[in-house]
Amino acid sequence: MTKILAVDDSASMRQMVVFTLQSAGYEVVEASDGLLALDAAKSGHFDLVLTDVNMPNMDGIALVRELRQLEAYKYTPILMLTTETAGDRKMAGRSAGATGWVVKPFNPDKLLATIKKVIG
Amino acid sequence: MSIDLSQFHAVFFEESFEGLDVMENALLELQPENPDSELINSIFRSAHSIKGGSGTFGFISISEFTHILETLLDKIREGEEQLDADSVELFLQSVDCMRTMLEALQAETEPDTTRADQLAIMFQSILTGASAAEAKGLDVPATGASPVIQESVLPGSDSIPDSLAGFHIEFTPEADMLKGGNDPVRMMRELATLGELTSTPDTGALPTLRDMQPDVVYLNWCMDLHGDMPLEDVQEVFEWVEGECDLSISRLGGSADSAPEVMPSNVAEAVDHAPDGTSTAATKTKADEQESAKPIPDAPKTASPAKPAPAPAARAGKAESSSIRVGIDKVDSLINLVGELVITQSMLGQMGGSGEVITDDHIGNLREGLVQLEQNTRELQDSVMRIRMLPISFAFNRFPRMVRDLSLQLGKKVRLELRGEQTELDKTVMEKINDPLVHLVRNAMDHGIESPNVRADQGKDETGTIVLNAFHQGGNIIIEMIDDGGGIDADKLVAKARANGIVGDNEQLNQEQKLDLLFAPGLSTVEQVSDLSGRGVGMDVVRRNIQELNGSVDIDTELGKGTTFRIRLPLTLAILDGQLVTVAGQTYIFPLMSISESLQIDEKLVNNVAGGGDVYNLRDEYIPILSLDSIFGLRTEPLSYDQSLLVVVEAEGMKVSVVVDDLMAQQQVVIKSLEDNYTRVPGVSGATILGDGTVAMILDVAGLIGLAGNQKTMAAGEIAGSAA
Repeated sequence: MTKILAVDDSASMRQMVVFTLQSAGYEVVEASDGLLALDAAKSGHFDLVLTDVNMPNMDGIALVRELRQLEAYKYTPILMLTTETAGDRKMAGRSAGATGWVVKPFNPDKLLATIKKVIG
Repeated sequence: MSIDLSQFHAVFFEESFEGLDVMENALLELQPENPDSELINSIFRSAHSIKGGSGTFGFISISEFTHILETLLDKIREGEEQLDADSVELFLQSVDCMRTMLEALQAETEPDTTRADQLAIMFQSILTGASAAEAKGLDVPATGASPVIQESVLPGSDSIPDSLAGFHIEFTPEADMLKGGNDPVRMMRELATLGELTSTPDTGALPTLRDMQPDVVYLNWCMDLHGDMPLEDVQEVFEWVEGECDLSISRLGGSADSAPEVMPSNVAEAVDHAPDGTSTAATKTKADEQESAKPIPDAPKTASPAKPAPAPAARAGKAESSSIRVGIDKVDSLINLVGELVITQSMLGQMGGSGEVITDDHIGNLREGLVQLEQNTRELQDSVMRIRMLPISFAFNRFPRMVRDLSLQLGKKVRLELRGEQTELDKTVMEKINDPLVHLVRNAMDHGIESPNVRADQGKDETGTIVLNAFHQGGNIIIEMIDDGGGIDADKLVAKARANGIVGDNEQLNQEQKLDLLFAPGLSTVEQVSDLSGRGVGMDVVRRNIQELNGSVDIDTELGKGTTFRIRLPLTLAILDGQLVTVAGQTYIFPLMSISESLQIDEKLVNNVAGGGDVYNLRDEYIPILSLDSIFGLRTEPLSYDQSLLVVVEAEGMKVSVVVDDLMAQQQVVIKSLEDNYTRVPGVSGATILGDGTVAMILDVAGLIGLAGNQKTMAAGEIAGSAA
């Protein structure tokens, strides 16, 4: 089963994302900041990482950078959940190695459509 | 798939309120002249989360407002804007404003955005550097347009026949594009969903197999996409690789000069900036699109109102159900204990079901099992209680803001110190202790702490200190409110009380009784009644609220040095420390907290008051004697006084004594609501089930006093007055 790591410091967003993904049949592990996500990523394997950008402890961009350092996540699709205003941060995310982004606010359908784009 | 987003609303509100608290606290801690970047970051993060969540869950008014806030915060974070005391104040007001709006949304009503609109204008004027008046004319319409609505306009252009033939796409990825996780195959697959795709790879750059690196892209593609699809959709496919490839998109069968205008960057960037409301390009794009959409008038009309519609529809869930966030460790310990309980149960079950002759061994094992069961039960009880426990910081956190605002208002300098913020207490107790605490702190600010010059004259630090301290003591939580102000003049209190007729002219009071007057209804020692407190309504309410929680409050004060209010509360409302008593064969329970003493009756000290009941002369204090027999109609012929005991109880500053047949054990009892299970009974605050399965009533001391009627107490007052 396709396994997704969902990272967001906001509990409501995380619940929404997790619920959506699980309803679509994905296996989901959640983390509430970059550091916890990195630990989770190291101790398991994921087919996709979905991360928020603004988070305490380690933000989404630093997380992407760290993940890309890991052999296991060199080519793994990483999507960032970002707000429509953060144009420059989208770029920062991409130069850190993110595959793409889902623009907030998004609805469950849009999220799933974007995910299907990258993992088919 | 349709997912009901309203199921996440409760969590969203909860975390948004928490986020606002974080913002507020960080703002209070911020020193504008030397801002701590981590504090600004945490303010930004909170605002950002609220914006993201409110946008996602359809609370557009919140997300619009937070957006402006966030824009300024971002500029401050990047050092492009300076933070000053005024903007801190503005942010604080915004926090209040958002809290009010969120509360309205939580109650499923439409929030009033008047205040938000005013604040938005002020933020805009800071952002544009223009005067407020200018900002008003210029930017308000722009901020009014929601990011979501603008987005929704774009799909309106879907129906514009951008191209009937399709597009020609030349796509040359950079060699290391795969490293970002972007696979050209994915993009082609996606293009194929838009129309009929024919692609021709250029293999010219392909090395020999030996030299080939698996993670390098050597190919480029020329593609023709046939069909009727909007340009945006095609651009969106390549959105993530912009800058990592050479890309040209031109219309199939179109003239060659149309190619440059459809380069991806133009529209995409305009869309990016549109929500800022500052980009003229964005508005232009929008206007253009609406204009070009005219031939199909239905499209934009249906597009714009369609978006806000889901919001009210999504609010199917009830806002009422309040929730509690529990640490995972507490839940784990609960699960662990339930596991142990199951083990004990199966152990006992095995013994019971063995069907053999019962030996002493069996009895021994059974006893052991029961001891274990008892322990499990007690631990389980503790554990479940802990779930309702929250750190008192939830109650304390509002005070920094309050103290700041009040000290500005009063022209006083006050430093607030919070101690023991992690001390836990029951959620309900916390909610109910909030108002009394607020009142005490207000009082301390208003009457306790002196103005800076007075303090300086007395050789004190100009800045006064108020300490809120919480700690556990036995089964109670103690909350102290300590100020280093002027203290309470007990004699002034007495003089005032005499003037108001609360205390008789010749009545002598000890220090404790004098200070107790502070809680008497209708008493205020300050000549000038201020806005904040001093109307004499309050301290009596403070004490009543605390007593309703089965708690008590003490005062320590020293003139010129300061005052300490010490509130003692039970950790939970679900369990009560009770004194069991029997009357006419029935068991009743007094809250232990309300009992001041129990004694054997000396009949010589009982006086009968004409037209009233009996009073007892307790060390020259006359206390009404209440009979449960007559209140509850138990016996017409109660036991005589020499066969009975007297329990002296205190409530609402009044002492009464209750005749009982016998005192039994003191024990913790679980309170069951009578109102929920039966109906409200005067004089009874609840019931509990005792070890032997019988139901015992828990007495409501304040209610009993009321039941006994004013006659007796007034009679007692007369005696007390004449005796003194």
